[in-house]
Amino acid sequence: MIRGLTRLAPFIFGLSALGAWQAAVWGLAVPSYVLPGPIDIVQAYLGDYTVLNPALLSTLTVTVTALLAATAIGVFLAVAMAASNLFRAAIQPWAVILQVTPVVAIAPLIIIWVNQPFIALVVCATIVAFFPILSNTAAGLAATPAALLDLFTLNGASRWEILFWLRLPSALPNFLTGLRISGTLALVGAVVAEFVAGSGGFASGLAYRIIEASYRLEIPRMFAALVLLGMSGIIIYALLGLLERALLRGRDI
Amino acid sequence: MLRLEGIIKRFDTGTLALDGISATIDTGAFVALLGPSGCGKSTLLRLLAGLEAPSHGTIHWDAGHKPGPGEIGFVFQDATLLPWADAAANIFLPLRLRGESRAQAAPKITAALAQVGLSAFATARPGALSGGMKMRVSIARALVNEPVLLLMDEPFAALDEFTRHKLQEDLHALWRRTGTTIVFVTHSIYEAAYLANRILVMSPRPGRIAADITTALPEGLGRRDGPEYSALVRQITATFRDVMPA
Repeated sequence: MIRGLTRLAPFIFGLSALGAWQAAVWGLAVPSYVLPGPIDIVQAYLGDYTVLNPALLSTLTVTVTALLAATAIGVFLAVAMAASNLFRAAIQPWAVILQVTPVVAIAPLIIIWVNQPFIALVVCATIVAFFPILSNTAAGLAATPAALLDLFTLNGASRWEILFWLRLPSALPNFLTGLRISGTLALVGAVVAEFVAGSGGFASGLAYRIIEASYRLEIPRMFAALVLLGMSGIIIYALLGLLERALLRGRDI
Repeated sequence: MLRLEGIIKRFDTGTLALDGISATIDTGAFVALLGPSGCGKSTLLRLLAGLEAPSHGTIHWDAGHKPGPGEIGFVFQDATLLPWADAAANIFLPLRLRGESRAQAAPKITAALAQVGLSAFATARPGALSGGMKMRVSIARALVNEPVLLLMDEPFAALDEFTRHKLQEDLHALWRRTGTTIVFVTHSIYEAAYLANRILVMSPRPGRIAADITTALPEGLGRRDGPEYSALVRQITATFRDVMPA
């Protein structure tokens, strides 16, 4: 009973909030160009899905590509840093600098440098997304139990055997935690990059549609795009959570 | 099997862990390294395993006895199993690192599981095993290579008393059956007295050998509660009274 209630809680809360929102909009007669009610937003989506759905698809394509790139780069750098202290010393500060630099600040540069808009967006989103994968995987690799390393050494294991049979599987839970954080960050990065790119002239993703709608004071449409973004974020997070559960099933951490 | 000569170990931090250890370890012996925490007994075990090198002194292996990779079995204080692999796959690990295929190794894995009484748990992951069973898997993993030397670092310290007694009895029986040379680190006087046929008592840091006791307890049920056992425990306790600071 309580568990069922916990499951339903977010939906009950969301529906009541939507109801209150709609009631307030009706009761206070707020014009929809200031604050649209949920019904206006749904209507805006139904009227505009031929534009909004392709825009969503475009943003998601950037997000997923960036997440894959971030995974490849993050894991590669983490392994290289675990293998060589010199490499770690050389790379770590630069990775942090890249992480703390706001992507809004470098996106215009990247969009100027990279001719192909899709790749430019992916580069921006990757820069935002790779760090959690790098730092979590690196932490997991570094936390390999010393006794297991001794055991592998005693049995004459090579560096590669230690890497593939011990260190990488040991770091898997940490990597998956990082991946889950990076998944939502890739979406954020894609949207930010689209904002910058959108004002620069090429148009495709949801963020551009949001800017466009705000210029035209089509506030319900703006909200519809926001809702799509929010749902995408939740779905990405949930899917990566499922992946984590599937890969770690039956495992004694 | 081997002779330790003037082994001194000083860590990079400056700590002197071992201060002039000289002893011989005979083939087929069950040697207990007994001492208080921090006396360097685990360090000595790591030196024997080749995981660390002495600062001074030498380990002389008898001709033809120096173990190569995979010829030393090591059991750690924790079971240290791969958490993602089942019991059989964990035991397979040393053979896999030697380049054996799973099919080649299968009979050895089955035998090793049987040796520690876990035949029914080949496909159980560590998460599904109790502490004592995990330690049994760990021992099976150390035995599957048929090591010439089995090194054990307080393997039963984290187990409850009942499980510990059972595992001690099984380990002693296994040693009697196989004749494998065992060096067993412990801080328990009772454990050393029951298990070993030779006890090297170590002083607190820096570690030195304070006494070298060869034991001859009767085998069988009387081993743990006979008068010889009580006398041996008293003898070891008296030794510690001399070497421990007041």
